[in-house]
Amino acid sequence: MLRHTALALILSVSPAFADEIWVSNEKDDTISVIDIETMEVVRTIDVGERPRGITFSQDYSVLYVCASDSDTVQVIDPETGEVLHELPSGEDPEQFVLHPDDRHLYIANEDDAITTVVDTQTRKVVAQIDVGIEPEGMAVSPDGEIAITTSETTNMAHWIDTKTQELFANTLVDSRPRHAEFVREGSELWVSAEIGGTITVFDRETQAEKAKINFEVEGVHPDRVQPVGFELTEGDTHAFVALGPANHVAVVNAETYEVEDYILVGRRVWHMDFNADRSLLFTTNGVSGDVTVIDVAKREPLKSIKVGRYPRGAAFRPTN
Amino acid sequence: MNVVRNAALVALTCIMFAGNPGHAQEMSIAWLKVAEDLPPTLSNLDPVPDNLGAAGAETALADNATTGRFMGQDWSLQTFTVALGDDPSDTARQALAKTRFVIVDAPADALLSIADLPEAQGAVLMNAGSEDATLRAEACRANVLHTLPSVAMRTDALAQLLVKKKWDDLVMIAGGHARDQAFAASVEASFAKFGLTLAGRKEWRFDADMRRNAAQEVPLFTQDFGRYDALIVADEYHDFGRYVLYNTWEPRPIVGSEGLTAEAWGKAVEQWGAAQLQSRFFDEHARSMEPRDYAAWAAMRALGEAVTRTKSNDPAVLLDYMLGDDFELAGFKGRPLTFRTWNGQLRQPIPLLHPRALVANAPLEGFLHQRTELDTLGLDAPESACTAFN
Repeated sequence: MLRHTALALILSVSPAFADEIWVSNEKDDTISVIDIETMEVVRTIDVGERPRGITFSQDYSVLYVCASDSDTVQVIDPETGEVLHELPSGEDPEQFVLHPDDRHLYIANEDDAITTVVDTQTRKVVAQIDVGIEPEGMAVSPDGEIAITTSETTNMAHWIDTKTQELFANTLVDSRPRHAEFVREGSELWVSAEIGGTITVFDRETQAEKAKINFEVEGVHPDRVQPVGFELTEGDTHAFVALGPANHVAVVNAETYEVEDYILVGRRVWHMDFNADRSLLFTTNGVSGDVTVIDVAKREPLKSIKVGRYPRGAAFRPTN
Repeated sequence: MNVVRNAALVALTCIMFAGNPGHAQEMSIAWLKVAEDLPPTLSNLDPVPDNLGAAGAETALADNATTGRFMGQDWSLQTFTVALGDDPSDTARQALAKTRFVIVDAPADALLSIADLPEAQGAVLMNAGSEDATLRAEACRANVLHTLPSVAMRTDALAQLLVKKKWDDLVMIAGGHARDQAFAASVEASFAKFGLTLAGRKEWRFDADMRRNAAQEVPLFTQDFGRYDALIVADEYHDFGRYVLYNTWEPRPIVGSEGLTAEAWGKAVEQWGAAQLQSRFFDEHARSMEPRDYAAWAAMRALGEAVTRTKSNDPAVLLDYMLGDDFELAGFKGRPLTFRTWNGQLRQPIPLLHPRALVANAPLEGFLHQRTELDTLGLDAPESACTAFN
């Protein structure tokens, strides 16, 4: 009898869907949803024009999408794929970051040299901050005190005090910065420079440059080794760095800042995200229009998954 | 046509930002345009913009000024123009009295006369208007850097594409203007460099109005070329070339000044973030960015990059930095742009374009070089007779 009840209980629970990776397809105006179990695209969702940055709210109940050419941030119900509403984003939103308060989005407005801060609850613009030309990379410290915008043509990381929404420092990096992340509980800021071919590591307290990471891929001219997106493994021990047209992802030791490995992926690799336990990494490959799945422990590519045209952003969504 | 007839100082543009500390670093740049005698063309479809080049300098000024706001620099641009037929020396002296940084849009002979002025010694001149190959060779000057690609870089890019496509049976029609002849000569030199041969060459000497006669004349004119893979048209003012397309005896592609072209920049360049620069330029000037706009943009941005990195406005320091190993310009062409130390030419990929899309980006895959593949385009160190930078 007891066994019977237990069985009924199990059956009554909805079937366990696999976790997902969501990928924005910049030139198809769609999002491809990849099932992590089967490693196949199980849904394609129509979104606004030129979707680039994507991120989920902390409880994964909504997806935010930078629809760059629609000049808006769309808020999407991940269950239905429907656009719930739109947020005022400023013109040409490219990338954004969600503040740890789960409420404020910091958005880079690429065409306007502005960072827009939007309250996702009131759906109002809280602040607009003048930054350098072509802002793109966005990061926020884990304690929420500092937000970062990097500007591609001005070649700077702009440090924003999130209490006053004002700049308190501007630090030079190498040419064409693309992506920024706080590392080691927010004690370091890492900024990639696409044309400079480097990642600059800053000390958070002093905003002073602490280290510079260089890359060298055998058989690829240094000009073509262009670090863009990157993500850190569990415990921030290693960074996986997309090298753009070098078609490789570098594995960087985050203690020594040395590159330990290079992994071959698809063409013009942009951004990436991990699965739940960070054993798998999914990279978006813009030119080849696919996603490479990397075995993080073995540092080997496992599979390519065809998605839409010019996949750009990637975001993990748990479903259990 | 399209010649600015007012001499001397035309405009003073100044971008300053409020709220800077009082000790801002001044960076004043001059745009010096020496009017060029443009021949009439059969079609009026594509007028040469009055602000060709200057518009690119203005867009880059805004880029530099934004960075300058964070760096404590004040950027400004002054425009100087020399009317057709006037001696450029007086106006050049005025410009050089105001600043040591001059972006020059001038024919080669005028550029040289400016570079050789006593007042220009120790100044930095950026050539954004002449693609003359001799300026990168025996006639080079140590105070002149070149951001416009040389004609040799363009025709080398074209030759690489022809080799890649295995279009090796080639013929050419060349116009009669000096620039047409220089382009044609450069095509022949590039063919020699990349092992292509020109099977036939004819000079365009028609003086009829081709808008009415092209259909009748061009088939006959091209009939005795026989069979070929591609026809090169050397028509740098876009006079007759447009009427050759679709009117040849043989159904073959047209490349060179029309059809598939090799230029520093074009409307169809959109990769590597170029779409951002294109839209910024279009918003500001209500037209698309042309090769000479790009050269002026690159000249201004190269100065901006040098000032930002060195935190200096000393011309010797900036020139040294731009020619050094640490300089790199993000020029929306997919790889860093640097200057050749032997002749001051800005290394850059050359897009191969038709009016609606990019066909390829030179250097093409497979053309190798011990230093950088970019040096397969234009005058490499051993080929350049330039000694001014030694």
